[in-house]
Amino acid sequence: MHSQATADPVPLLSARALAFSRNEEPIFGPIDFSLHAGEVVLIEGDNGSGKTTLLKVLSGLLLPSSGTIELHGEALTMSRLSQQVALMGHLPGLKADLTALENLEFSIGVFGLRAGNTPMLALASLGLQGYEHVAVRLLSAGQKKRVALARLLLVPAALWLLDEPYANLDKEGIDLVNRLLEAHARRGGAALITSHGAYAFTSGSPRRLPLRPAA
Amino acid sequence: MRYGTLGSACAALIRRDLLLTWRRRGDALNPALFALMVVALFPLALGPEPNQLMQIAAGIVFVAILLASLLALDALFRSDYEDGTLEQIVLSPHPLPVLLACRIGAHWLTTAVPLILVAPLLAEMLHLPSTVMPVLMLALAIATPLLSLLGAVCVALTVGMRRSGMLLALLVLPLYVPVLIFAAGACNAAQAGLPFLAPLLLLGAGLALALVLVPLACAAALRISIS
Repeated sequence: MHSQATADPVPLLSARALAFSRNEEPIFGPIDFSLHAGEVVLIEGDNGSGKTTLLKVLSGLLLPSSGTIELHGEALTMSRLSQQVALMGHLPGLKADLTALENLEFSIGVFGLRAGNTPMLALASLGLQGYEHVAVRLLSAGQKKRVALARLLLVPAALWLLDEPYANLDKEGIDLVNRLLEAHARRGGAALITSHGAYAFTSGSPRRLPLRPAA
Repeated sequence: MRYGTLGSACAALIRRDLLLTWRRRGDALNPALFALMVVALFPLALGPEPNQLMQIAAGIVFVAILLASLLALDALFRSDYEDGTLEQIVLSPHPLPVLLACRIGAHWLTTAVPLILVAPLLAEMLHLPSTVMPVLMLALAIATPLLSLLGAVCVALTVGMRRSGMLLALLVLPLYVPVLIFAAGACNAAQAGLPFLAPLLLLGAGLALALVLVPLACAAALRISIS
């Protein structure tokens, strides 16, 4: 990994004329944007404007109908994208019968581990001390969200795609997400987040990317 | 910064599945209990004549095991799909077919191996001659992985639909027919004192083919299902 200064002229992620249609019906786009290391961008749009779909396209779960996605200036392939990108969707992606720690260990096995972090440290930094060995089934929706956020801290991806990261979180949890995003940006990472409420991102003013339903 | 290797990903996936089965070890016995009950129905319906049951014993054992593995199939990708883990697995930097092969392998270990272990009891209940028992066990050892693999393709295709249980059965059963014919055929041939190697070899050939093709087909089907 080369170090990424905030002034890096090559964007971490850039999309050109990106559009997605499902069954001939346009969902979003075409849109153009770029995301540099150290940036947090808020995707704004009404329900049904394709925010979630955009994140799925950028993560590689869906193939765009047209347009290109470049990562560090190179066209993406499945394997290149996945090491650089972490997606947190509506579903937490946790097994209910496993403990928080076991879920994180599974993620590390599949995605790898960021230098200088451990599952215990990540859970502690999200305020889940004492819940490491509790089955996820017994956690509240907000606590599950925190476990999913702990996974982001552990995997080596530089680009975070977060779908509604503030949902189910209390005031304290929202502040926590903001602190995580700021720390991630300072480390040279970047994040694209969707949210209904701009109220959520209290500190600073993130760049906004408006998304309208395709005509 | 340490990226996960393919080996660590496969190990993590198998460890996770075995751990999940252990957490719900009561459920893991259900397919074997189901097969036991199906087999118990036949003496009740046909009468307890050992000679009559002996003639159809191998066939009944295979049908019972086939139905039990059909019922266990839904657990293969459904829960991963519903809790979002499947998205994470698809997004992993490793070849999806290899990961899915591990997933199917773990499914075979946790659902089919209990069925193989209970098979001698099933055969004994139907008075299958003990000389046929080794052939039955060998046929099961080859046939059950094949059943898991064929079923996996159909589950991958239907996992995105709600209430796909009946559709899944309609898709899977025709694919199971050749397996049933060759596996039960080998046992019947052995029981009649005829050569039984050819059907077993054909089953083995089918298994080799499925081992290579099914993970690829599953990967393609799952990508469609989650889109």
